[in-house]
Amino acid sequence: MPDPMRIRANALPDGVDVRVLMSHEMETGQRKDGTGNVVPAHFISNVTVVHAGKTVLSAEWGPAISKNPYLQFKFQGGKKGDEVTVTWVDSKGETRTDKATIA
Amino acid sequence: MQRENKKTSRREFVQLSGMLGALVAIGMLTEQEALAQQQAWNKAAFETKNLNDTIKALGGAAVAESKDIVLTVPDIAENGAVVPVAIASKIPGTQNIYVMVEKNPNTLAAGFSIPAGTEPTISTRIKMGQTSNVLAVVKSNDQFFVASKEVKVTLGGCGG
Repeated sequence: MPDPMRIRANALPDGVDVRVLMSHEMETGQRKDGTGNVVPAHFISNVTVVHAGKTVLSAEWGPAISKNPYLQFKFQGGKKGDEVTVTWVDSKGETRTDKATIA
Repeated sequence: MQRENKKTSRREFVQLSGMLGALVAIGMLTEQEALAQQQAWNKAAFETKNLNDTIKALGGAAVAESKDIVLTVPDIAENGAVVPVAIASKIPGTQNIYVMVEKNPNTLAAGFSIPAGTEPTISTRIKMGQTSNVLAVVKSNDQFFVASKEVKVTLGGCGG
């Protein structure tokens, strides 16, 4: 099971500010290890953020996103105490879902 | 009397299991939906090597420069493995925001779809192999717009 994400969701006057820090190697498939073998690509390919049953952001990522990816965005219609769910799926089919309460 | 009791409980049981079944069915549906959504990964677009091919792979024909896209990147990135990128679009009806790097092995770094109610503003961190233009591409009403800015990389983030 991959490491949990760190999610911060804050209700601001102009919307809910969501910050997510994921824990992932984000291997590009371009790098070689000590013996000269190519390290196979392994990266988060899809991210979905859901609030109250509605997808507020979905993303498709390539291996050019940095290791331990960071994502920040803002959406309307959320309020304090609501839950925000973030799910990612990587190129090997591993997945992780974490929730945070809007503060 | 007893018999009637039994009947009610059976009816209740049937009703309850029916409801449970419906719940499971709903759960399964959303799960499948979510899965289908998540597996939509535009492989062709992520394999392209220049802006025009990427736009084509994303279903666009042409791309126009726009001053309504605010791309915030550092002028100099000391470490190409972690380059902060922030994109804000002032184009009405922004549907998608794409982050691209001209001289990376593959141009497209990330694509975000912005549903109504979400601000067309995202920040993330990307890898850059060498000094290159970073492109912020916005799709609005099936038209593509781009803004670009050069980032000098002193240490590459790909290979090593």
